[in-house]
Amino acid sequence: MAKYLLLKHYRGGPASVNDVPMDQWTPEEISAHMQFMHDFEARLEGTGEFVDGQALAPEGTFVRYDGEGRPPVTDGPFAETKDLIAGWYVIDVDNYERAVELAGELSAAPGAGGKPIHEWLEVRPFLAAPPTITE
Amino acid sequence: MDETLLRSLAPYVLGILVRRGADFAAAEDAVQDALIEAIRVWPDDPPRNPKPWLVTVAWRKFIDATRADASRRRREDLAEEEPDPGPGPAVDDTLQLYFLCAHPSLTPSSAVALTLRAVGGLTTRQIAEAYLVPEATMSQRITRAKRTVSDVRFDQPGDVGTVLRVLYLVFNEGYSGDVDLAAEAIRLTRQLNTAIDHPEVAGLLALMLLTHARRAARTAPDGSLVPLAEQDRDRWDTESVAEGVEILQGALARDRLGEFQAQGAIAALHADARTAAETDWVQITEWYDELVQLTDSPIARLNRAVAVGEADGARAGLAALAELDPSLPRHAAVAAYLHERDGDLATAARLYAEAARKASNIAERDHLTRQAARLNARRSR
Repeated sequence: MAKYLLLKHYRGGPASVNDVPMDQWTPEEISAHMQFMHDFEARLEGTGEFVDGQALAPEGTFVRYDGEGRPPVTDGPFAETKDLIAGWYVIDVDNYERAVELAGELSAAPGAGGKPIHEWLEVRPFLAAPPTITE
Repeated sequence: MDETLLRSLAPYVLGILVRRGADFAAAEDAVQDALIEAIRVWPDDPPRNPKPWLVTVAWRKFIDATRADASRRRREDLAEEEPDPGPGPAVDDTLQLYFLCAHPSLTPSSAVALTLRAVGGLTTRQIAEAYLVPEATMSQRITRAKRTVSDVRFDQPGDVGTVLRVLYLVFNEGYSGDVDLAAEAIRLTRQLNTAIDHPEVAGLLALMLLTHARRAARTAPDGSLVPLAEQDRDRWDTESVAEGVEILQGALARDRLGEFQAQGAIAALHADARTAAETDWVQITEWYDELVQLTDSPIARLNRAVAVGEADGARAGLAALAELDPSLPRHAAVAAYLHERDGDLATAARLYAEAARKASNIAERDHLTRQAARLNARRSR
């Protein structure tokens, strides 16, 4: 039992195999992609492995503390940030192998020409609760 | 109302329903519904005799659900009125439930969830909270688990080993929410220990009690981990220790050693030392030798290296460690500790930092980071 983050990047990871930007797909291809994501989530729920799924708006603001009594400093958005996180799934699975298997399935989401995107997804384990028995 | 007492009746009631002909999945739902109703009704209107109350209500829930389910209409003729109580619940019913819920066809997480619900009488919501997943997810996991074991005959003998691994998981992993999983694991293992005479069941129960006894001393007020050597031993639960030791001695006397008895023996030796310095590391090393023989587990070998380091000196510990695969979880942490004992603070600090990066949980990561920081501060002084 372990939780993993399946992280989807727009930028930062290696390029997908089927790397056509979404705005150049046909509307049907976009619908097929959305349906695939929906089905994937429904399947995860059905297997009792779904924890969370979220998408993020691409543009964000950087914020930091600027000293006592001063408002926080904001900066950005930066057009050229190296990494851009698009969204994620959180899954609760029996082992790492299962997490990799599910990430592989998700990466097969259809893109241009109805062919799998083969996009790179990042699989990151959550830091868990400490085990009770240690010695 | 004592909810634990109420929940301890769950396997009994479930066993009766299954014996009366209800299929396991439907019977389990009915018992869950009856437990929820008991929690609602009993505070104002406590029954004189809880067991028959639960059996009656659970049976009624089962009949109602069966009637409501058109596809199961054929079951209606099972009972219109209160059926013959049938043979009294055999002691075996509880045992059979454990076997079924830990059936080898289930994945570990499914077996854990099903055991906590069907044997432990916990609600789906409580189990979901304990494992930090949405209730809908846990509900699906349990439903699938029940489907997986639907063809398993209830009176089929099972493997105690699989049950023990599930109970060990409940004790060892999970978050602390509304439900105290460690206490629940102890309760379920204790119940199993009365249903079956098996030295490894007793061994696991002893291991749990001896480990649980240290709980109050294991974390500082700020939530950080306190390593065994630094724990305030006055805060160990002596009653729990005494019970664990007694159960363990009874098991060991049977002369059928197993991995849980060996782990229990190690925990007992720690419990026996009034100070960390008084720990009998020679005997602990011998028990790790047994454990390695029994399990061939790399984790046992890793822990053995620590024990060797304490018994025969850090160099001996490092030599034992050198034989192991460096990619093992916590290998760097053990190496860091042994290097520090050997006086090589620079290497130790570097390895503590590496171990922190590889830690699989926050408490351990923070502890290891502090160790690295402590050594770095001492070296720069």
